[in-house]
Amino acid sequence: MEKRVTLNNRVLPYLLLAPQLAVTLVFFIWPAAQALYQSLLRQDPFGLKTTFVGFANFEKLFTDPLYLSSLQLTLLFSLFVTVLSMGAALVLAIMADRVVKGAQGYKTLIIWPYAVAPAVAGALWWLMFNPTVGVLAYVLRGVGYDWNHYINGTDAFILVVIAAAWKQISYNFLFFLAGLQSIPRALVEAAAIDGAGPVRRFWTIIFPLLSPTSFFLLVVNVTYAFFDTFGVIHATTTGGPGQSTTILVYKVFADGFLALDLGSSAAQSVLLMLIVVALTVVQFRFVERRVHY
Amino acid sequence: MSGTITKSAMVENRPWLDALAHGVLILGAAMVLFPLWIAFVASTLDGSSLINSIVPLLPGDRLLENYTTALSAGSKAAGGVPVGLMLTNSLIMALVITLGKIVISLTSAYAIVYFRFPLRMTCFWTIFITLMLPVEVRILPTFEVVADFGLLNSYTGLTLPLIASATATFLFRQFFLTVPDELLEAARIDGAGPLRFFRDILLPLSRTNIAALFVILFIYGWNQYLWPLLITTDEQYYTVVMGLQRMLAVPDSEPQWHLVMATSLLALLPPVAVVVAMQRLFVKGLVETEK
Repeated sequence: MEKRVTLNNRVLPYLLLAPQLAVTLVFFIWPAAQALYQSLLRQDPFGLKTTFVGFANFEKLFTDPLYLSSLQLTLLFSLFVTVLSMGAALVLAIMADRVVKGAQGYKTLIIWPYAVAPAVAGALWWLMFNPTVGVLAYVLRGVGYDWNHYINGTDAFILVVIAAAWKQISYNFLFFLAGLQSIPRALVEAAAIDGAGPVRRFWTIIFPLLSPTSFFLLVVNVTYAFFDTFGVIHATTTGGPGQSTTILVYKVFADGFLALDLGSSAAQSVLLMLIVVALTVVQFRFVERRVHY
Repeated sequence: MSGTITKSAMVENRPWLDALAHGVLILGAAMVLFPLWIAFVASTLDGSSLINSIVPLLPGDRLLENYTTALSAGSKAAGGVPVGLMLTNSLIMALVITLGKIVISLTSAYAIVYFRFPLRMTCFWTIFITLMLPVEVRILPTFEVVADFGLLNSYTGLTLPLIASATATFLFRQFFLTVPDELLEAARIDGAGPLRFFRDILLPLSRTNIAALFVILFIYGWNQYLWPLLITTDEQYYTVVMGLQRMLAVPDSEPQWHLVMATSLLALLPPVAVVVAMQRLFVKGLVETEK
C-alpha cells in the first residue's frame, strides 16, 4: 500500500531518517558484518595473529560434542518451555473465555508476569527451589525427592524451564483469549443446538479455528526460548552444573566474552542469526495468511 | 478485545462447568502469584532466619528495615551497591530508550510514508533487517564498536545502541497509511509545510499508538539485561535487573535472601505497575507490535 498524495522535499526525508539509519548501521549492520567476517578467521589467544581459515570454525563447531549437546539442549529447552507455557495458557484462556463474572480480575492476575525481567523471574524460582530455604525443595523432600539444582543437572534444567515458562504464560494467555473471543458465537451456538457438548465443540470448532493463533504463538515462543531466556540462565545456573543448562545464547556469551574464543563465538553468532532469520521469515509469511484469514 | 462483555456461557446453562472454570482460574492465578508471594515474605524476614530454615508462608516484621537497607546500602556481600542508585539508572535507561525509539521511529515512518525519494526502499529494508539482529547474536562485535567509541560505562552507551526500532517504525508506518489523504491536501491548501503537518496533525492523531508503544517499550528498556551486563563495569552505572545477578552470585556463600528478594520486588514493581495500571494500552501495544 502506498500514499496517493505525497510531499516533495529533497533533503527533509533524509534528515528524518538519519538518526534511525545511523544507529542501525553503526550498532546493528556493522557488528553483524564483523561477526560474519570474524567467523572466517582464527585468532591466537593473545590477539596477535589472525589467519583466514574459511569455514573451519563452522566445521569445528559441528564436530564439537559440546556444541552439539548445547544445540540439543536448546531444542529440548524450547520444546518444554513452549509446550508448558502454551498448554497452561490455553487452559486458562478457555476458562477465562467462559466466565463472565470476574473475568477482568483473573486477566490482571495472570498477565502481570509479562513485565517481569527474565533474570528476576529466574531469581524468584531460584529461591523457591533453593535446597535449604526453598518451599518447593522442602515439599519435594517431603515426597522423597532430594532436590538440588547446584549438583543435579536435570534439576537445574527443570528449574530454568519452569522459570522461563512461568513468565511466558501471560503472553500466550492474552493471545489465546483474543483468539477465542474472535470465534463467531453463532458457530458455537449452532453446534450446541445440534447437541455437541463442550468437549466436542472444543475439538471440532474452537481448536481448528485457534490454529492460526497457535501457530503464531509457537514461533514467538520458540524465539523467546532461544534468545530471550539468557537472563534466566545467567542470573541463576550460569549454564551449569557442568553444561546442563548451557543453551546456545549462553554459550556464545561464555565462549566469546569469558573464554575469548573469537572465531568460534563469531561462527556461533552467525548460526544464531540464521535461526532468527528463519524464524522471522516463517512468522512474516504466516502473518500475511492471518490477514487473509 | 476487553470490550466484549456478553461473550460466553450463553450457549447453555451448565453450572458445574462455570464452577470448574472459576476453580481452574483461581488455581492458575494462585500458581502464577505464588513465587511473588514467597519473594515478598522472604523480603520481610530477618536475614539470619533465612540461612538454614524454610521460607515461611506468612510475612515477618522486617519490611521497612530490609527495604531501607537495600535501597540505601545494597547487599554487603555483593559489594554494597545501593539499590536506589540502580533503580535510578534503570529509570534513566528505560525512559531514554523508550523516548528515543518513539521519536526516531515516528520521523522515519513519516519520511517513508509521505515522501518519495531515491533509496526509499533501501532505507526501509535496512531498518527492517534489525528485526533479525538481536543483541544476543552479535554480542562481541557490538561490544567492540561501543568500546571503540569510548562509550563503555556511560548512559550514552547504555541507551544509544538500543534505540533503533523496526517494530516501532512499522507500527507508525501502518498507522500513517490509514490516515486519510484529504488531511494532507487540506493542510497544503491551508499553507502548512511538511513539519507543520507532522506536528499539528499526524502527532496528535498518533497519540494512542504512542501511548501503547510507550508501555511496551518501557518494559523492554527496564528489563534489559545482557546489554548493561556487557558494557558496565563501573558500579555507578549498574541497572537493577543486572545488579540483582551480582547479589545472587556471591562467591562461596548463600545470597542474602532477604535483600535479594527486596531488590527483586523493587526491580519488578515499576514495569508491573505500568502493565496493571495501563492494561488496555498494554494489550493494544502488544497486539499491534506483533502485526
